[in-house]
Amino acid sequence: MQRTANKLSADLSGWLLSAPIALVLAVFLLAPIAMIVIVSFWGATEYSIYPDFQFENYEFLLGSSVTYRVFLNTFKYAAATWAITLVVGFIVAYFLAFHVRSLKWQVALFLLCTIPFWTSNIIRMISWIPFLGRNGLANSLLLSTGVVDEPVEWLLFSDFSVILAFVHLYTLFMIVPIFNTMIRIDKSLIEAAVDAGASGLQTVWHVVIPLAKPGIMIGTIFVVTLVMGDFITVRFMSGSQSANMGRMIQNDIGLLQYPSASATAVILLVTVLLVIGILLRFVDIRSEL
Amino acid sequence: MTTIPRIRYSRRSVLKSGLAAAAATLPAPMVWSQAIKDVTLRQFGTGVSNLNEVAQKVKEDLGFTLQMTALDSDSVTQRAATQPNSFDIADIEYWICKKVWPTGNLQAMDTSKIENYDKIVGIFRDGKLTPDSVIAQGTAPHSVGFVDGPGGTEFVNEESGWMTLIPTIYNADTLGIRPDLINRPINNWSELLNPEFKGKASILDIASIGIMDMSMVVESLGEYTYPDKGNMTRDEIDLTLGIFTEAKQNGQFRAFWKTFDESVNLMASGEVVIQSMWSPAITAVRARGIPCVYQPLEEGYRSWGGGIGLSKSLSGIELDAAYEYINWYLSGWVGGFLMRQGYYSAVPETSKLFMTDDEWGFWFEGKPAQGDITNPFGQVMEQAGAVRDGGSFYERMGNVACWNAVMDENQYMVRKWNEFIAA
Repeated sequence: MQRTANKLSADLSGWLLSAPIALVLAVFLLAPIAMIVIVSFWGATEYSIYPDFQFENYEFLLGSSVTYRVFLNTFKYAAATWAITLVVGFIVAYFLAFHVRSLKWQVALFLLCTIPFWTSNIIRMISWIPFLGRNGLANSLLLSTGVVDEPVEWLLFSDFSVILAFVHLYTLFMIVPIFNTMIRIDKSLIEAAVDAGASGLQTVWHVVIPLAKPGIMIGTIFVVTLVMGDFITVRFMSGSQSANMGRMIQNDIGLLQYPSASATAVILLVTVLLVIGILLRFVDIRSEL
Repeated sequence: MTTIPRIRYSRRSVLKSGLAAAAATLPAPMVWSQAIKDVTLRQFGTGVSNLNEVAQKVKEDLGFTLQMTALDSDSVTQRAATQPNSFDIADIEYWICKKVWPTGNLQAMDTSKIENYDKIVGIFRDGKLTPDSVIAQGTAPHSVGFVDGPGGTEFVNEESGWMTLIPTIYNADTLGIRPDLINRPINNWSELLNPEFKGKASILDIASIGIMDMSMVVESLGEYTYPDKGNMTRDEIDLTLGIFTEAKQNGQFRAFWKTFDESVNLMASGEVVIQSMWSPAITAVRARGIPCVYQPLEEGYRSWGGGIGLSKSLSGIELDAAYEYINWYLSGWVGGFLMRQGYYSAVPETSKLFMTDDEWGFWFEGKPAQGDITNPFGQVMEQAGAVRDGGSFYERMGNVACWNAVMDENQYMVRKWNEFIAA
């Protein structure tokens, strides 16, 4: 009798303990997503939306070749940004974790990495524009050193500038989690590898990378979701000439086409979730944290 | 009850001789209850006319508070259509009015309460600038300027006494160019797609305005003549965007712009040498000491106009205050303020009272400037001898080929526009 009561109250307290977060998630995450899904089936006139159950939004979206091109573009940006931020982030984190010996300097240098984050995202991005422009600093430098005879046009308003801005904005999101896992690698494992005759690269490949995998995966999730959901970087850095899914949604919202924007958002959400699902197949983050 | 002298004069106009005449034409002071001072009117609109100076002057002259919110055209449309309780006064363009009016969020205004109604430029009343003017294509302001009654939802073609928007500001737009980087005369809209300017052209990324610029280019190229540029069929939309998509893929455009500042930066930095542009953007480029011309073109101008509309929810003393504000708006100070930036006001003759003869000559009559022309913020815009690009008011507004428009096939156009941007 006593035992059942205990069990009951344990059950109850479990429910009660999880209630606040469940409530917050329900109100601020599930409800909005549910709304977006519902509205994606609604109809729209030029100035209003009306409840309906139609597939027109999805039909138009999935029936247009432009959507696929935009999708491809979105993935292209995500893949390129991911690859570059991974390499840069890994090297920086590796340097911080293994080459800088004193904790004081590790912290100091790590804070240095965050300095760009003291200004707004948009300002950091826009400051590239005068730098990369036809008459910008980069081109003046190239021209004056004789590397090129004519200003290089593809520096700005191109895929190059979009990816450059993404890398600049999001590398820290890769550094932090990788650094975090690396710093917790037991140094004696590295010593053991060296004692067993492994070269530097072999140590990195066979010891450090496998142990840093959860960090890499978390960084990957950050970067991929940030890039895939972005719209403003693509707009500014491509001079509005390229599109990704975020920009399609933004355009629709600007033109009061909420149902069509919702449909695009649903497709984007599903895609991002699929990508994350696949990523999580590679590494079980929970068990390795 | 107290009597509050409502109109105070700016330093400029007090110094100006002939003030007595001005005073005589201004409305006589009215008796107001103290309550009007507590009124706050919330106005939102595009940045061009939503200026804090106007709000300040309203406080000085009329006593009540005007809160200004500046947004881009898309956001303005969105807000007017979806959040009727978030504003009292909507400062919107006429094509936006065509889109938003059917939502019933705005109320028509009784023209008998508008003191300077008779002096409003003909474009906004019967559509004609002068009696023998031809009405341009697109959403001409007078065609969405009147409804049949206070609660009317259908636009009517005659001056019914119930106005949807009180015109505040308008202009004739054309292409902006960098003469120093082009070095030859530009006379046609078709130059925008001239391969000579490959990678150095730009167009604005606001569908309903951009499509009109495109149609001017397409006609100028001789590719097609539209029966009505302001109301294209699906085939015409496909054709127009097809031509531009091809140009885009060939690298004709350096970038597209969506905000005023972007257009200024593109031009000033030399990234772009020819693009669709707005008049004050040209001035902003010139103010940096960079040559920039608002090039008049043979095919004419693409014109736009804005006005203020009243929210459905306005009533009682707020509504009275709103009428008071409108009457003040048309009484000249704002007009002069806007005209000295290169726009036109709905009642030029009252604006004239708030401008010097030289300013009036330069901005309105197209005469060479006698001395430095400064904008209302004190910046020197033009030196003596300069002539306004395109000339006088009648030369510019008389040569309008089309108005910014909303088409019947708007949704289709918007989707196609999205594809163009993504292409």
